[in-house]
Amino acid sequence: MSSLYITRSKEIAARMLDGEMMIMSARDSTLFSLNELGTIIWQAADGETTLQEIVERKICPKFDVEPEEAVKDAESFVRELASHGILVLSDQPIVAPAVASKEGA
Amino acid sequence: MSSLMQQMNERALKAGVPLSVQIDVTYRCNERCVHCYLDHVDHGEMTTAEIRDLLDQLNEAGVFFVTFSGGEVLMRMDFFPILEYARSLSFDVKIKTNAFMIREKQADRIRELGVRMVQVSIYSHRPEVHDAITKLPGSLKRSVAGIRLLQSRGLKVIIGNVLMRTTLNDYPGVIALAKELGVEFTIDPTITPKMDGDRSVLSLGIGGDDLRQVFRNGDLVGNVEEFCAPPPAVDDDALDGLPCSAGHTACYISPYGDVYPCVQFPLPTGNVRKQKFLDIWRHSPQMNEVRSIHARDLPVCSTCTHVGTCTRCPGLAYLEGSMRGPSSQDCEKSFTRTGIPSANMILKNASRAKPTLVQIAGLREPQASPLSRIMDPVPSAPAPEESFTRL
Repeated sequence: MSSLYITRSKEIAARMLDGEMMIMSARDSTLFSLNELGTIIWQAADGETTLQEIVERKICPKFDVEPEEAVKDAESFVRELASHGILVLSDQPIVAPAVASKEGA
Repeated sequence: MSSLMQQMNERALKAGVPLSVQIDVTYRCNERCVHCYLDHVDHGEMTTAEIRDLLDQLNEAGVFFVTFSGGEVLMRMDFFPILEYARSLSFDVKIKTNAFMIREKQADRIRELGVRMVQVSIYSHRPEVHDAITKLPGSLKRSVAGIRLLQSRGLKVIIGNVLMRTTLNDYPGVIALAKELGVEFTIDPTITPKMDGDRSVLSLGIGGDDLRQVFRNGDLVGNVEEFCAPPPAVDDDALDGLPCSAGHTACYISPYGDVYPCVQFPLPTGNVRKQKFLDIWRHSPQMNEVRSIHARDLPVCSTCTHVGTCTRCPGLAYLEGSMRGPSSQDCEKSFTRTGIPSANMILKNASRAKPTLVQIAGLREPQASPLSRIMDPVPSAPAPEESFTRL
C-alpha cells in the first residue's frame, strides 16, 4: 500500500476553470489540465496526507472503484505529474509544503 | 500546448472569466523611452493593501494569468511583497521590466517565487542606439546584465524589440544578442499613441518599404508566402468573429485602479477603488459594449477584404476615434503584407481625391462640413497617418 506523500510544486500556477483544474508549469511553460479525479488528488496534495488516505477518503466513496486498484492508478498518476515537475513526492510527510497556495485547496 | 490553451480560452470566453489581467503597478520609470505612451508621474498609485485586495478579487473572479508591468515595476519598493502575494494565490505570473535594477538578489527572488516569464525591452544591441531611446546612459549594459542573471537562474526571458525608424537596422543584432544570451525574442512594429490621445509618437514607427521588408523576412514571420498571401473570401465565420480578447477574457488595470479592456484600449470602464472588480467586469456598460461588437458591426471593416485576417486592434481604433472604426496602423499592415489596400484606405484615398468638393462645401456651409463628414466614415478620425502617405 502506498505511503507516498504528495504536495504541489512551488513552480506552478493553478486555477479551476469550468470544473477543470488548469496547471501551468513555470519550469517549461507547459499547460496541463486535470480531470475530476485528478483534480481531487491535486487539491488534497497537502504534503501531510498519504496518497492512500486521499484515495480512500476522497475517491473511493465518490467513485465505484476497488481501493487497491484506485491506489495503484493514483500512484501512476502522481508519478507522471512528478515527472513533469508539477507535483513533489516523498515517503515522509512534507512539513513545509512546496507551495503556500490559497487556491485549489 | 496551444491546443489546450485555445480550449482554455474558449471555455473562459463561454464562462465570462477574465483569464488574463495586466496590472501596471506604477507609471514611474527610470527610463524615458522616446516612444513611451505613458507619463511617469505618481498620481496616487494603489497601496500595497489595495493591490493585495485586488489580487484577492482577481483570484475569486477566476483570473489565471497576471502580468505585472509599468512603468518600471521595480520602482515600487513593495514590488516583491506584491509578487509574493500574487504567487501565494497561484497566479501564473509574467513580469515586464527593463531589468536595469535586477541584480543577484532580485533575480534570485524572482526565481524563488516561481515567476514563469520575464520580458525585457531591448531596442538595439548597440549601446549608443538603445540608450538614445531610453535616455538612460548605461541602460543597455545594465539591462543585458539583468537578463544574464535571470537566464542563469533558469528563468524564461523574452527580449521585446519595438521597431522604430532609428532602430530598424538593428533588429538582426538584437536577435543575435538574444541567441547569445540564450533567451527568446519578439519583434513588434507597433507604436502605441499616448494614453492622453497624443499621436505624435507614431512618427517614430516604421511603415511602407521598411515594414514590407520586415514582413518578408522568413526568420521573423515564418512562411513568407503564407504570411503575405491574399486574404481568403470573407464568410460568416469572419463576420461573426470577435476582434480580440480585450474585454472578453482579458483586461488591464492601471496603477490607480482604473479598469480598461486592454493596456492599448484606454476606454474607462470603472475603478476598483470604487467598485468590486467583478461588478466592473460583468456589469460595466462600456465593457459590455466592447463585448457586443463583432466584425459584422464594424461599418468600414465589415466591408473590407481583410476582415477575417486583419490584426485590427480595437484599442488602436478607439484611440483613432472610434472602437468600431478601422485602425489605420493595422490597415497598413494588411496592405503591406498582401499588397491589397483595405476598405479604409480606399475610402480615404477617395476622400482625398475630392478636396475641392470639401472646400466648396465648407465655403457654402461655414457652420458645418457635412460633406467631409459623410466622406469620412469615422467622424472623429484624424487626418490620414503619415505612415499611410508613405505607402
